[in-house]
Amino acid sequence: MSATATGRVDPDDGAAMTGVDAGPGTFAPRPGRAPLTRMVANQTRMELVLMMRNAEQVMLSLIVPIGLLVVCTTVSFIEVDGDRADFFVPGILALAIMSAAFTSQAIATGFDRHYGVLKRLGATALPRSVLLGAKTLAVLAIEAMQIVVLCSVGLALGWTPSGEPLTAVLSVVALIALGTAAFCGMAFLLAGTLRAMTTLAAANIIWFVLLGVGGIAFPLSEFGGAQGLFELLPTAALSSGLRTVLADGEVVPWHLLLTLGLWAVVTLTAATATFRWE
Amino acid sequence: MSDAVLADPPPSGAPSTAEPAVVVDGLVRRYGERVAVDGLSLTVPRARVFALLGPNGAGKTTTVETCVGLRRPTGGSVRVLGLDPVRETDDLRPRIGVMLQSGGVYQGARCGEMLRLVASYAADPLDPDRLLERLGLASLARTPYRRLSGGQQQRLSLAMAIVGRPELVFLDEPTVGLDPQARHETWRIIESLRRDGVTVLLTTHHMDEAERLADHVAIVDHGRVIASGTPGELIRGGADREVRFRASPGVPLDGLRSRLPAGTVATEPAPGVYVVAGAVDPALVASIATWCAERDLLVEGLQVKHRTLEDVFLELTGRELRA
Repeated sequence: MSATATGRVDPDDGAAMTGVDAGPGTFAPRPGRAPLTRMVANQTRMELVLMMRNAEQVMLSLIVPIGLLVVCTTVSFIEVDGDRADFFVPGILALAIMSAAFTSQAIATGFDRHYGVLKRLGATALPRSVLLGAKTLAVLAIEAMQIVVLCSVGLALGWTPSGEPLTAVLSVVALIALGTAAFCGMAFLLAGTLRAMTTLAAANIIWFVLLGVGGIAFPLSEFGGAQGLFELLPTAALSSGLRTVLADGEVVPWHLLLTLGLWAVVTLTAATATFRWE
Repeated sequence: MSDAVLADPPPSGAPSTAEPAVVVDGLVRRYGERVAVDGLSLTVPRARVFALLGPNGAGKTTTVETCVGLRRPTGGSVRVLGLDPVRETDDLRPRIGVMLQSGGVYQGARCGEMLRLVASYAADPLDPDRLLERLGLASLARTPYRRLSGGQQQRLSLAMAIVGRPELVFLDEPTVGLDPQARHETWRIIESLRRDGVTVLLTTHHMDEAERLADHVAIVDHGRVIASGTPGELIRGGADREVRFRASPGVPLDGLRSRLPAGTVATEPAPGVYVVAGAVDPALVASIATWCAERDLLVEGLQVKHRTLEDVFLELTGRELRA
């Protein structure tokens, strides 16, 4: 057929060929899913590259925590008991974890959903569990970077971690793992139900509020009667736990791990029940 | 099997199984009060191009999204490659390729990066770089998705659908927003897919696209299939040619019908649009003109034309398909 129904005339079929079709068999079906490990690795790398490419996310996850750590430790506008670096390093670590696992994750996932990425990839061979798992692994990779950078800056500012090293490391890993689960649960809960712009606003406001009342920049003892309530917040549980281990050299209190664990169970369950892919 | 050359030989690599690629039976899909698909049934044979043709809002996209497991049917049944697209989604998805209408790409991702990512989900994908080259996107491989034009985004989306070497491809409006050259390249790719034994289910509201590409066409309106068959069958359901003209609506056609030869049909499928279908010859045109002159009817756009799917759609629905 050379004349179409609209009266347009086809160009000569051969002339416009770009010449890369290798001929019959080029598109012969060979369906199949890649090995799971390869999908997890590729998807995680993609999520990580996208996070590092996004200036706001790098700002929130790395630049702001480093800046706050330097300012809070060297300028004495906030009164704390004991060594300033010993107080602020654990608090700022908790902030960094919250930034990466909650705020960044919520905003990125919210916009992925807004732009149809979650829906579109839900129609590929990629299992949805791998998609969300890769997002979480990318966050863990960012957190590893944050820990290295913030601890280095802290040490340069005179931070002296306390406690028996093996116990401290295990305690910190347990706290961060549960904290990350809780924050990712919160992130998926917001991003899976609200519109992208609402998620963006909510994630930033919640970040700012928790910065204030989550035991990061101000000791919770300053809040008087509200202290008991604020201690139930995941940020407060994480910052108190890190401080107990790293500043006081003690074993992490069970009730803090329990608090984080409960947040993780509740938010992840709620997110699973309410998450909409488009 | 006979050695006789068939008019329409099965393409090489066609699966031997006679089971259809897609069977939709009485599909109903409601969104709250609104009924998007209302008892739609169709069967897509393997290694053929099947077009769902209809206006925007006819239920084509919902049908496709149900077939690929993104939506649950409210009623009826859908089997794709013998599988339930929702319950057996993990078995189905590696075997199909899907092109949705818009979006679906990380805003910060580069064109080539995204295609390589989707290729990495497949056991034995096509070479992403060669595919980009074929689609005229090679020079844009490092360009962020959000800086691509609409047509370039469409082409990347097509590439994402076929890079995993699927046996069945769903293309929802694959040529919307493409310039003529890119549109023709997309058509050639669809023809190559068919040649290599891939089943293609596409949606379109372009008659010429369905006529040129499809082995089977289902015309969809208000969530139902109102006609289906090969393009030839649908078009010749009435006649090969017709005379069409516009005039004021509601002109009685009895006087015209009485002077037309037997086997000729005069209708007003839409207000003010008149169609005379049958054995069209100069005498017929003259009869119509004489009838108009007797009634002092000044017609507009009198034309003698080959019937197209567009005419079929107009007759079936009383509406023009073009939005």
